[in-house]
Amino acid sequence: MRGGRRRVMVTGLGATTPVGGDVATTWSALLEGRSGVSGLGGGWVTDSPVTIAAKAAVDPAETLSRIEVRRLDRCEQFGLVAAREAWADAGLGEGGVDPERLGVVVASGIGGVMTTISAYDSYRENGWQSVSPLTVPKLMPNGPAGWIGLEFRAMAGVHGMVSACASGADAVAYGIDMIRLGRADVILAGGTEAVIHPLTLVAFAAMHALSTRNDDPARASRPFDKERDGFVLGEGAGIVVLEAEEHARARGIRVYAEAAGAGCSGDAYHIAKPNPSGEGAVLSMRRAIADADLSPSDVVHVNAHATSTPAGDVMEVTAIRKVLGDHPVLTATKSMTGHLLGGAGGVASVVAVRTLYDRMIHPTANLDELDSAIVADVARGEPRPLPGAGPVGVLSNSFGFGGHNASLIFTGV
Amino acid sequence: MSLTEQEIVGALGMIVYEVTDIPAAEVTLDKRFVQDLDIDSLAMAEILVEAHSKFGIEIPDERLRELSTVKDIVAYIQQEQEVAR
Repeated sequence: MRGGRRRVMVTGLGATTPVGGDVATTWSALLEGRSGVSGLGGGWVTDSPVTIAAKAAVDPAETLSRIEVRRLDRCEQFGLVAAREAWADAGLGEGGVDPERLGVVVASGIGGVMTTISAYDSYRENGWQSVSPLTVPKLMPNGPAGWIGLEFRAMAGVHGMVSACASGADAVAYGIDMIRLGRADVILAGGTEAVIHPLTLVAFAAMHALSTRNDDPARASRPFDKERDGFVLGEGAGIVVLEAEEHARARGIRVYAEAAGAGCSGDAYHIAKPNPSGEGAVLSMRRAIADADLSPSDVVHVNAHATSTPAGDVMEVTAIRKVLGDHPVLTATKSMTGHLLGGAGGVASVVAVRTLYDRMIHPTANLDELDSAIVADVARGEPRPLPGAGPVGVLSNSFGFGGHNASLIFTGV
Repeated sequence: MSLTEQEIVGALGMIVYEVTDIPAAEVTLDKRFVQDLDIDSLAMAEILVEAHSKFGIEIPDERLRELSTVKDIVAYIQQEQEVAR
């Protein structure tokens, strides 16, 4: 307890991303600055200004059973793969937690869009009798949370947050609240997404949100760089095990970090465009810092949302400087993974926790020349040791279309 | 050309395996889908979608309730095949 409030620890990590099929390979690829972006190949997508994406490094079919692959949408598959890794990593096994005290908060920003599209194709071509009864369980955005809850018999509550690219971070924020409010002792929290499909690609391209650097995929996602021209669509999942401090202590399990605080806000500005003043992002970061009972000087590093869009990156750095000043070291995971949308906040949480645990900040790839509108100390080239000593704070930002902002703070233990 | 009872059981067994991982050999005429093969309503609906595609038959919901065993379904498919001829 601290200040009469339950403390929440991170005791397990799971991820499957464009740079690795688990946390260890993802983390080592990030430290090496290796990109997961590639061309989608001739014929995969036609009549699109964008022909690149960050596909998952390991197809979920390699680790799931044939029946699981059949029954679960790809976003549900990623979620289950990452959740199993996190569960095993936390040593929960059989009987590690009372099912009635176990919850799930796993987000997807969009849900099973590939299922939706293929089911409609099937309906048009072969009639209603050809539509799979699995269509609804596969397309619903709460499907990943539902399957994970089923797998681990979570009965404290199973929730799916939907707030576009802030979904994964909102899920972690809600998971922290569930433990603090006493509704659960252990929560599997994070996000997943799988929307690399010609329709989603052209739909994001229609918003002019994507990079069109098709001839140089590995260098297309370049947050903070002068030549950035949009984000790269990615897929995968990141899940953390959140656990009440006393529950983790009683099990004697290794604690990676404390999930010390969360802050959320709404932009109330525009459905897709970031507010250049950064007001919403400032609010979410300030709220997270206050919630974690820290001072701005305690936050030594920011795992930035930094999607590589011209407007978004400038807005975020403007907001970070207003809240934290110039001292924190920034990095952009999406420079290598692309943007996992609803999965991004989950992966960012895993990365922020590993950063604290290993006291090492991964570099931002493709940052050749900092945009003159961005004044920040960005880790690039080589991994950078985490500055400061003792239980310093790391902040992770996630912002989404719709004006959703979520900031999380993890501290060392 | 109509399929024989044996051929229908074999094809149904393959569908059940595809959908549920239950070995096709376990799908025999005397088995009940729910009680013996442990197939839930969602999986049963999947099996019927596949059966529609394979045999070209459509089982109305009101008839489905009466068809609890493999034998019932096979007989229904045979009957529909006769009608089609």
